[in-house]
Amino acid sequence: MGSLRLYLITRVLLALPMIVILLLLIFVVLRVMPGDPVLAMLGDKAPMSQIQEMRHQLGLDRPMYVQFFDYFLSLMRGDLGNSLIWGRRPISVEILEHFPATLELTIGSMIIMLLVGVFTGAQSAYRRNSPTDYGFRTFGIVIYSIPIFWFGMILQLIFGIYLGWLPIAGRIDPFLSPRAVTGIYSIDSLLAGDILSFVSTIQHLILPSLTLGLVLSGIFTRLTRVNMLDVLRQDFIAAARARGLKESSVLYKHALKNAFIPILTMIGLQFALLLAGAVLTETTFSWPGMGSYLIERINYRDFPAIQGAVVFFAVLVAAVSVAVDMIYAFLDPRIRY
Amino acid sequence: MGAESWLKSLSGIPARFLLRRGPKGAEVYLASAGAVLLVVVVALTVLAPYIAPYNPIVEIGPSLQPPSSQYPMGTDNLGRDVYSRVLYGAIVALEVSAISVLLSSTVGTVLGLFSGYSAGKTDRVLSIVMDSIYAFPGLILAIAIAAMMGPGIVNMSIAIAVVYIPTYFRMIRGQVLSTKEQLYVEAARALGARNSTILFRYIFANIIPSLVVVLSLNVADAILTEAGLSYLGLGIPPPTPDWGFDLSKGKSFLPGGYWWMITFPGLMIVIVVLGFSLLGEGLNEILNPRLRER
Repeated sequence: MGSLRLYLITRVLLALPMIVILLLLIFVVLRVMPGDPVLAMLGDKAPMSQIQEMRHQLGLDRPMYVQFFDYFLSLMRGDLGNSLIWGRRPISVEILEHFPATLELTIGSMIIMLLVGVFTGAQSAYRRNSPTDYGFRTFGIVIYSIPIFWFGMILQLIFGIYLGWLPIAGRIDPFLSPRAVTGIYSIDSLLAGDILSFVSTIQHLILPSLTLGLVLSGIFTRLTRVNMLDVLRQDFIAAARARGLKESSVLYKHALKNAFIPILTMIGLQFALLLAGAVLTETTFSWPGMGSYLIERINYRDFPAIQGAVVFFAVLVAAVSVAVDMIYAFLDPRIRY
Repeated sequence: MGAESWLKSLSGIPARFLLRRGPKGAEVYLASAGAVLLVVVVALTVLAPYIAPYNPIVEIGPSLQPPSSQYPMGTDNLGRDVYSRVLYGAIVALEVSAISVLLSSTVGTVLGLFSGYSAGKTDRVLSIVMDSIYAFPGLILAIAIAAMMGPGIVNMSIAIAVVYIPTYFRMIRGQVLSTKEQLYVEAARALGARNSTILFRYIFANIIPSLVVVLSLNVADAILTEAGLSYLGLGIPPPTPDWGFDLSKGKSFLPGGYWWMITFPGLMIVIVVLGFSLLGEGLNEILNPRLRER
């Protein structure tokens, strides 16, 4: 067996304990923490018989370890149980309806985050200790100190309400609906050749992506700067310059390529931040993704759905960290077990 | 008074750290700027009962008035003074972040010291658990815990504290692992020092500078998380002034162009978070001079 394949298999197996631990944590949080979900759902004044019945229905009257293994086995089959409201549909189905919206938002934000972060970071490193450097570094610290939802509201106020350029809520014009293939509207509308829907989707996507992408770009400014400083000091950069290459080619082709591997690993770690930020962005822009789903179900006390959503986030984070490590292993042959 | 003595008097950092500063000394100015911002905010918070022109939780005039000489930051939808609410709002934000950071740093530090020093099966298990929590989106975990525990200052603080325990654990454990192999620790052990002496007087004492930096940066994060939770309606019940909650109320009036309801509470969050971030960044470069090259 090739060493690369061995590495990949080991890496996937190592992600399992993480999922189990997170699952256990969520389980404990939702059951042991003060505050009874059944009471929260039914209200304090509900009769005891009704409370008992609800407990039984949700399986909460069984020992916790039984509940846990039961849940874990169902999870392996992709079954997260049924929600408590609106027709009690399977939670996995509801999540699959909401996740594409979150994916579209996170991809849009990631593009902005990387474009802005890598450019400012590279320039900052290249012009070290110049006003540009100080300016971009200040940008990195200040932008990260801004609450995402507040930044979103300010953008809504300026570009949506005063200037009237861009919509401030939803994913697409309510009169349009591209045929669902992936659930990601920008891709679906292109596949269907529906230019009107595509334009509307992009218009709706701009402000939320700018909000999330700009706030998180500060991290990448710093990260790119540090890694670029290391790379720019090395001999092959001097060699490239000695060969008479253009400065832009030295900076973006030679240096950035080599600074990019550590940046890539950070994208994996920052994905968790991206998801957390997406929750706040989605609620601000009425974006019907996983974050809005989670908050909506919290307001309805839909306990199984809350659990399902959080578990889904855990599996997603584990999957992304495995995926990033795999890309890393492909790019860098030194990384093997 | 120069920037150095400013910093010395404000944060109590021993002078020997300041003597090691680089030619530019930018980090001292960073830390000073952060400290000044924080002093201003803390002063405003403490003085809120004296300088706030109105009671923050009662109707004092017509609703949705733009800023004027009578209402410096306008009034909200219930006719309350936004300026007074912004001043009082700092109390919840600072309280929650202080309690949560105290909780998470204590638990995280004790577990990290223990785990790093004992280095056995317990260490391995604790590390995996902490790494898993660390990898999970913090705000989402805090949302889940806060939603289960219900509103309130203490509940919100616990929800935030759980999220940040791994930050301290990982940092402390890493430092313990690298410090305990140092020659002077070995010398102390050879002299027959007790484990507790080695752990606290030799190892922990050397971790304090890093801990101070993480604390400062963590308070900044905790305030953002607190604002996020209140914004999502998981904070403290109304009518207590709270920036995050006020922002979520202001959001419903955004289409009417009532900009003052959201602008000022948000600016306050930015100022406080920026204060702690700058202080943390500055202290980091002062206390860990090896990073100066970058």
